[in-house]
Amino acid sequence: MNVLDVQGLTIRTEEGRDLVSDVSFSIGAGSRLGLVGESGSGKSLTALAVMGLLPPGMTASGSIALTAHGAPPAEIVGATERALNGLRGRAATVVFQEPLTALDPLMRLGAQLAEPLRARHGRGLRGAALRRAVEEALDRVRLPEPGRIARAHPHEISGGQRQRVALAMALACEPALLIADEPTTALDVTVQSEVLALLDTLVADRDMALLFISHDLAVVSAVTDHVLVLKDGTAVESGSVADIVGRPVHPYTRDLVGSARHLESALERIVR
Amino acid sequence: MSGASEAREVRVGAAGRAPSRRRRSPALVTGCVLVGFVVLVALVSLVWLPYAPDDTTGTRLAAPGGAHPLGTDKLGRDLLTQLMTGAWIALRAGLGATALGGVLGVCAGLAAGFATRWLDDTLSTLLDVLIAFPTLLLAMLMVAARSASLGSAVLAIGLAMTAVVARLTRVLVKRVLAQDYITAARTSGTSWPRIVTGHVLPNIWPTLVVNLALQFGLAVMAEASLSFLGLGAPPPNASWGRMLQEAQATVFTAPTGVIAPGVLLVMLVVGVNLVADGLRDTLDPTRRRTR
Repeated sequence: MNVLDVQGLTIRTEEGRDLVSDVSFSIGAGSRLGLVGESGSGKSLTALAVMGLLPPGMTASGSIALTAHGAPPAEIVGATERALNGLRGRAATVVFQEPLTALDPLMRLGAQLAEPLRARHGRGLRGAALRRAVEEALDRVRLPEPGRIARAHPHEISGGQRQRVALAMALACEPALLIADEPTTALDVTVQSEVLALLDTLVADRDMALLFISHDLAVVSAVTDHVLVLKDGTAVESGSVADIVGRPVHPYTRDLVGSARHLESALERIVR
Repeated sequence: MSGASEAREVRVGAAGRAPSRRRRSPALVTGCVLVGFVVLVALVSLVWLPYAPDDTTGTRLAAPGGAHPLGTDKLGRDLLTQLMTGAWIALRAGLGATALGGVLGVCAGLAAGFATRWLDDTLSTLLDVLIAFPTLLLAMLMVAARSASLGSAVLAIGLAMTAVVARLTRVLVKRVLAQDYITAARTSGTSWPRIVTGHVLPNIWPTLVVNLALQFGLAVMAEASLSFLGLGAPPPNASWGRMLQEAQATVFTAPTGVIAPGVLLVMLVVGVNLVADGLRDTLDPTRRRTR
């Protein structure tokens, strides 16, 4: 059964320009898809459309069917705000690129993490039980001293730690599908690989489906098993990671693979 | 004054608290002392006055000292008495106008901030017109439509303030709504009312409170100006503005008539501005650490 089924998705601006045209893909329960493309190719818009959160003035057409645990598939395009709010968090949720702006600067991290936890486990979760749940959630993303971090404001912890908190908030929703929109782009390389590895194990442990969005083919191929290449809002190529990396067909995909290889060989030249 | 964030902290983790929060800003302390003095004078005036406000039995333009610590005005009224009743009037004008402008302004600003397209455009245009409209003219219209009273002055100042506060609120709301953490909250299925109370209001309120404190100072000044022009509270209510106007002619023969209300007016306005400054430092957690 598919967690997400996107058929002929087209996103149009008020002026009638198509930013994404006729994109189709699906993600099965527990499987992973990478969405690759340069900036402006419509990757993030596609993610927002899946959440029913397109910016004002943009309209989606086609079909987006999202399936929460133990529920029939629900259509996102044209759904009411009320219906969407019931799906967000349960069916799918998003981890954003910039962890500093994705966290409320004036709210303690524990309080921010409490919000999805209580949405998921009921408003009755409070006091010591809530504090324990918050610290467990922070512990699960391998944050040291969860008690201290729960009391800190976002500016008091590092970028990598912030992204872990954002990840903890997304996981607290226990969604069927996790959308990661360039989750490691704003981090430096060593932290990036740590966060990627963490994301990898956490998603695998929970049997969550993953939609991983990135401009970096190397990062995508490390985390996902299937890849969809977007260029100027159209899907140019899709297939398994091995196929795309091994036998790219479309010239744009060849460019992407070529540039990833180029970086790698530059590193190897230095090592040799 | 960090009620909102403290309340949240209690909910989640109540142990160790950053020690820097305890440190008070010197501006806040000085401001509180200045404002506190004026408030004290105003409160005392409610229960005790040296003379009745309309008591003209004293010597005209008496020098300070003796039975009249600050002297008398040209009608023989005690200046200290007038100064004290004036403090109460100044505070009432400031509080009344700030409350009116604050409530109306924040509501209109929230509406405009959440509105899109035509509603936002309409509200913004309305606010711009209201801001361009001179407060003095508005006050004269009020006085013409009602009568010269403290209420008319407060209404005029409050309405003028509404526009300023609403425009600020609108911009603040728009800025917060464009942030990723709002989208993040929405992707986890948080409802709009929870987003407003949990994210929007806490993020705009430090700026709003500081601005309202500044507006309070401006309102006190505006009331004094209106009274100076005879558009404020009518006699025998002594407003500092009218005291200044009445003492104008005798500024060289009896300078206390001008100096006393002037000093108190400056104390209150400077005090309120310092409080606003101190509040800004205390309310912003990113500033708290660096201090």
